Amino acid sequence: MFSSTRHPQEAVQTADIETEQPMVRFNSIMKAFGDQVVLNELDLEVGSGEKVALIGPSGSGKTTILRMLMTLERPDAGTIYVDGDPLWHMERNGTTVPADERHLRQMRTKIGMVFQQFNLFPHMTVLRNIAEAPIRVLGIPRAEAEERARHLLDQVGLAGKADYRPSQLSGGQQQRVAIARAIAMRPKVMLFDEVTSALDPELVAEVHAVLRDLATETGMTMLLVTHEMNFARDIADRVLMFDQGRIIESGPPERIFTHPENDRTKSFLRAVLEAT
Amino acid sequence: MNVWDWNFAASIIPSLLDGLLVTLEATALGSLLAFVLGLMLALLRYSPLFVVSKAAWGFIEVVRSTPLLVQLYIWFFLLAQWGITLGSMTAGVLGLGVHYATYTAEVYRAGIDAVPRGQWEAARALNLPRGRTWVGIVLPQAIPRMIPALGNYVVSMFKETPLLLTIGVLDILGQARGAGAEAYRFIEPYTLAGILFLALSYPSSILIRRLERRVLQH
Ligand SMILES: Nc1ncnc2c1ncn2[C@@H]1O[C@H](COP(=O)(O)OP(=O)(O)OP(=O)(O)O)[C@@H](O)[C@H]1O
Ligand SMILES: [Mg+2]
Repeated sequence: MFSSTRHPQEAVQTADIETEQPMVRFNSIMKAFGDQVVLNELDLEVGSGEKVALIGPSGSGKTTILRMLMTLERPDAGTIYVDGDPLWHMERNGTTVPADERHLRQMRTKIGMVFQQFNLFPHMTVLRNIAEAPIRVLGIPRAEAEERARHLLDQVGLAGKADYRPSQLSGGQQQRVAIARAIAMRPKVMLFDEVTSALDPELVAEVHAVLRDLATETGMTMLLVTHEMNFARDIADRVLMFDQGRIIESGPPERIFTHPENDRTKSFLRAVLEAT
Repeated sequence: MNVWDWNFAASIIPSLLDGLLVTLEATALGSLLAFVLGLMLALLRYSPLFVVSKAAWGFIEVVRSTPLLVQLYIWFFLLAQWGITLGSMTAGVLGLGVHYATYTAEVYRAGIDAVPRGQWEAARALNLPRGRTWVGIVLPQAIPRMIPALGNYVVSMFKETPLLLTIGVLDILGQARGAGAEAYRFIEPYTLAGILFLALSYPSSILIRRLERRVLQH
């Protein structure tokens, strides 16, 4: 359902899959909060168009990884590359210096994020939530931005809700609006941080369905943090198992979920399965 | 001689109403200044530049910890000594507005802090510019919550306007004193002045309390 609106830009992106350059690369990333080291020399690559599920116990650093990519959290050391360019650094007069706001703004156009708590703007209509950034950031004329927003709403199954306030929607509907809002900016990389864990169980499926369509019908690179193993199995090309800020196991979902090699992966999967 | 002379009371009402207009004018202009300057102070306190946020903090602390009366004297008498002569109304409005700006700044700050961090983060993730994030996302959510508190400060400013008398502004109380001095009768003027204050500030307070309840429900 998303393919019908694929923008020329997105078509190019799909072609990128063939190329060698990863869309996201973490090079020796360090991150600590106070004296608690959360990520230590993390290396990570995500190919263009690849869908990667990040799983692992609470506190293992999954959210921190996404937040650093969204420029909400700055790494202490190491380099993150997005689409070939350093995210938190830039070149000036031949030397590498910390990124300024202009560089960050430039890089952010490539990245979008959907949050666990939706974070919709409560004082705006659903339509406005989606159209605001395309108007203000991309400079798209209002009428066109709103038309695109309506189209996206249609695609996430909320065609009739354009003029509602977020508070008038169910959690599942709000999260689908948040997804539409993020893809309205046409990012190359989309980040999803446990986007269904704040939802009542009966609302999870509708959000998963939207994400599944997004995964199969667009060339977007996707990083998804999730505790729902069936969903990860469905959607991901690759699963990364995190523990204490390190990737302890990685591979295609069929293998990780059926023949995990690491003992901690085994016990983590057992615990998650028991909980659901 | 009667304790209360109705004829005399009726005769001074026009001049008291003149005073009321002056009081309302001072309150309105003072509030406007307090709202705008207070917002600026609050935003300065969020400045990423340490010197700027610290200076705003210092200014707020100093103004809040000194009496309004002293500040009125500074605006009117002290500045005049330095060659800056302000009209008494101008000095009064500046005095009220700047003094109350340090209070409204705190109201703004509390209102802004009450906007969830996720709103800022969503704005950042959508790449909205900093100014747009303030104007389009944060302030529209913060301001409704601030309105009752701001309203309370308007009412207290209204009740403090008689201080402007000391720098020569003829507000309600000034007019009452004038009328009383002329006739050597003070009961009627001062009672009526009190009633005028009560008649305006009490309903306003009730209105604000209602508003508060409505805002809290959301
Ligand atoms: N802003 C912060 N300040 C202090 N500590 C933080 C902060 N953000 C994260 N942490 C800590 O860093 C560690 C990793 O957090 P992170 O949120 O990345 O874990 P997670 O893998 O997403 O866990 P969960 O599954 O519970 O969401 C945790 O111990 C957390 O308490
Ligand atoms: Mg997390």
